[in-house]
Amino acid sequence: MPLKIAIVGAGIVGSSIARVLSMYEDFDVTLVEKEPDVGWGSSKANTAIIHPGHEEEPDVHPLRARLCREGNALWRQWARELNIPVKWPGELMVFFNEEEEKSARKYIELAKLNKIPGVRAVYRDELLQMDPSVNPSALGAIYAPTAGTISSFEAVIAVVENAVENGVKLLTEAEVRGVKVVDKKVRGVETARGFVEADVVINAAGLYSDKISHMAGVDSGFVVRPRRGEYFLFDENVKVKPEKLLHTTPTPITKGVYAITTVHGNLMIGPTAEDLPIDAKDETSTSEKGLEYVWKESERLLKELPPRAKIIRTFAGLRPEPPGGHWRIEAYDDPWGFVNVAGIRSPGFTSAPAIAQYVLNLIKDKYDVSLVRKKHWNPHRSDIVRVKDRSLQEVDELIRKNPDYGEIICYCKTVSKAEVIEAIERMKKAGVKTITIDGIKFRTRAGLGMCQGSFCRWRMALLISQYAGVPLHKVVVKKDLYGIGEVKALLKPTSQGG
Amino acid sequence: MLELNYDTVIIGAGPAGIAAAIKANELGLKAVLVENRDLLGGIPLQCVHPGFGLHYFKEDLTGTEFIYRFFDKMEKLGVEHLLKSHVHSIEPVAHNEKVVNVITPQGVMRLKTKTLIYTAGARERHVFEINIVGDRPAGIYTAGEAQTLMDIYGIIPGKEIVIIGSGDVGLIMARRFALEGAKVKAVIELMHYPGGLMRNIVQCLQDYDIPLYLGHVATKVVGKKRVEKVVVAKVDEKLKPIEGTELEIPCDTIVLAAGLVPNLDMLEKIGLVIDPYTRGPVVNEFLETNIPGVFVAGNALVINDLVDYVVEQGELAAEGARYFIENDGIPTTDWKPVIRGRNIRFIVPHYVSGKRDVILYARVRQPEKNVVVAIPEVGWKMKQFNVRPAEMIRVKLTKRLLERAASVEKISMEVIPGE
Repeated sequence: MPLKIAIVGAGIVGSSIARVLSMYEDFDVTLVEKEPDVGWGSSKANTAIIHPGHEEEPDVHPLRARLCREGNALWRQWARELNIPVKWPGELMVFFNEEEEKSARKYIELAKLNKIPGVRAVYRDELLQMDPSVNPSALGAIYAPTAGTISSFEAVIAVVENAVENGVKLLTEAEVRGVKVVDKKVRGVETARGFVEADVVINAAGLYSDKISHMAGVDSGFVVRPRRGEYFLFDENVKVKPEKLLHTTPTPITKGVYAITTVHGNLMIGPTAEDLPIDAKDETSTSEKGLEYVWKESERLLKELPPRAKIIRTFAGLRPEPPGGHWRIEAYDDPWGFVNVAGIRSPGFTSAPAIAQYVLNLIKDKYDVSLVRKKHWNPHRSDIVRVKDRSLQEVDELIRKNPDYGEIICYCKTVSKAEVIEAIERMKKAGVKTITIDGIKFRTRAGLGMCQGSFCRWRMALLISQYAGVPLHKVVVKKDLYGIGEVKALLKPTSQGG
Repeated sequence: MLELNYDTVIIGAGPAGIAAAIKANELGLKAVLVENRDLLGGIPLQCVHPGFGLHYFKEDLTGTEFIYRFFDKMEKLGVEHLLKSHVHSIEPVAHNEKVVNVITPQGVMRLKTKTLIYTAGARERHVFEINIVGDRPAGIYTAGEAQTLMDIYGIIPGKEIVIIGSGDVGLIMARRFALEGAKVKAVIELMHYPGGLMRNIVQCLQDYDIPLYLGHVATKVVGKKRVEKVVVAKVDEKLKPIEGTELEIPCDTIVLAAGLVPNLDMLEKIGLVIDPYTRGPVVNEFLETNIPGVFVAGNALVINDLVDYVVEQGELAAEGARYFIENDGIPTTDWKPVIRGRNIRFIVPHYVSGKRDVILYARVRQPEKNVVVAIPEVGWKMKQFNVRPAEMIRVKLTKRLLERAASVEKISMEVIPGE
């Protein structure tokens, strides 16, 4: 009998654990998520950096230091296997005065201790040649060549699709309401969609991992605080396009403000780092103060910023911050079967594949699992076929096979009807219960361009209505409905006066 | 890939494109009209309100009625068109040759053409362009999106509505929601004067007791799943929110009618020069841009108040295309720049020859009373009781009038205080 495992939280950590466990015959895995889709928490709204690992202090955070380095290496393999957009330009931690230089040079020492290759200081002349978008008043920078950037929301989707392909079950809209413990052993989790039986419950609930831990009676003093980060995203069509991943010198609470060109070619600047009250775990609103701070810091970092008219989006994400910044990865004796992978703060995204390996070993030792590899485990996941990535000749051939490739739904990002339909089919196949417009957006990139969906949102809604079998006004945007009903039927008083 | 040859390719089948296509056919050009959507007509299709055609047809029509009159004409002339056809890219091969790559459900087409008339309209400014912070829940729509849902698909977005922007689009949508029984709680306008036509202030707001908040700005959206309220503050003379004046308006829907931006990405990629005041292209009196043989008309050229002007521009662009083809390019001319004088925000076109009739479209920067609008170089003057940014100034200058300015290098328009 395989070990029944329930993973709470389909963020990058939970999903990565699911993927790694799916390699073995020994596990029967259910991935439980409270949101309508995967990756909608901290995994979606972050700086999307794959960190090199030279910012972790090995004596304070040995696990973070080790798993960050290992995760960086594993993402190269995972991104290839799963067709996740990623690039590896390296990063420049830019300093503007001697004080900043002094604090930046500390990371060279950390790089040595953590065995991170290639980290060195570069000075103004070399710096400005490496990246002409840096503010020429910079003194220099610490260059870390192994840094990368990934499409974070697509990464979670890809990891989950692959895990499901290999036998993992996904349960969305299944907020965990309790961890069932009988005779000091976990029996499963109570969710909004019913009871999920499990011998082992893995808590990878990110911001909410304190709550899940408390439900299991573990670590009642453990709290995860939300730390808010705000960002600006610019249109693809701007002149300022940093080649490297640029950031200011870190402060005690952040890795500095970044200015990067995302894998999709947009300039992104941010984040802030603002500690919010413990219960503000859904406070993803932006603020004038936060955005102004990002703007000012980016003006300092960059030679110039694009005009504000080129901003296509502002957003805020919440990062989980555990006490002392310490990750809590532990398998407990009481209750037996409960595993915390809790409070995974930065560099959590980078480390996720390595955390998953670490958790696998933890489970193997704790529950004495033999680890029999599946014969037909498929490491690969193909990406949606995208018109935008193809030559016109190839697009012409695609259309001959399927005319839906010839019908463009999103003008800004050139997304075809066929891609939207494929996204809907993939969501259904993965086990997503409600097909949302945001789900389509993150899978196809429709609506992520200059018009921010004002031309294509209703087209996506029409296709969801058609292919998921719901009336148009009942199509879900992200967490609520697109409309409230039919114009002619709804708000008019009846002719009889009610 | 299918390759076809044309005299002119018209991109976008709204009123400007349709008018251009009809005119091009009448002028004997081999033309094709390329449209993204699965039907012709563009935005007027979803405009069930009247106010269309007062100038062009001398009748008050709805948007739908207005555009249908052109369909009949198109059919008679046999105007060639492609639906569900997305312009992927434009290759500027030579001054008299462009290739328009079009993705269609029938395959990719390469349309080789001597001229191009670009009538792809405008896009709406969205929530991230208006400096509003807070949450990003469901329940935020652009006016056009809400209008599409209501008047094409019969879906009402919400019950308690706040509209941001008092331009004509915002005013018309306020009435539209009120007519269906929704409660329009407020129309918010940043400026200290309304953004739309006076007739719409009266007919769309006052007639329905909808409050208009002039000199106010929406600063924050609140709502986790769905919009719950919007925070609004008064603004000072510099249009910055005044602390302590915030008020909260509970609502479930925010409709953004915060202005339109000409949709020109496709042409910017091939080097189009933009006028920062119109956000449209710099054009000569044929509506030809800095890219030879590329003409722009309608809201892609300049945001118009009236569809009648849009149609007029479409027809003019077609005439320009014919003139271009006849001469293998617009003949070299000593163009006179058209200069913005006192209280003029923009004027289109940017260059005139003085050798033919020309229509100028302009807007003022600020409302002013008892003024004279003047083009001193030709001695033209028009007394106006009232000028407002919302109301476009349209002036037709005849060739004869322009000949008076034959010796000057430029002409200008200005608004001067009257006596």
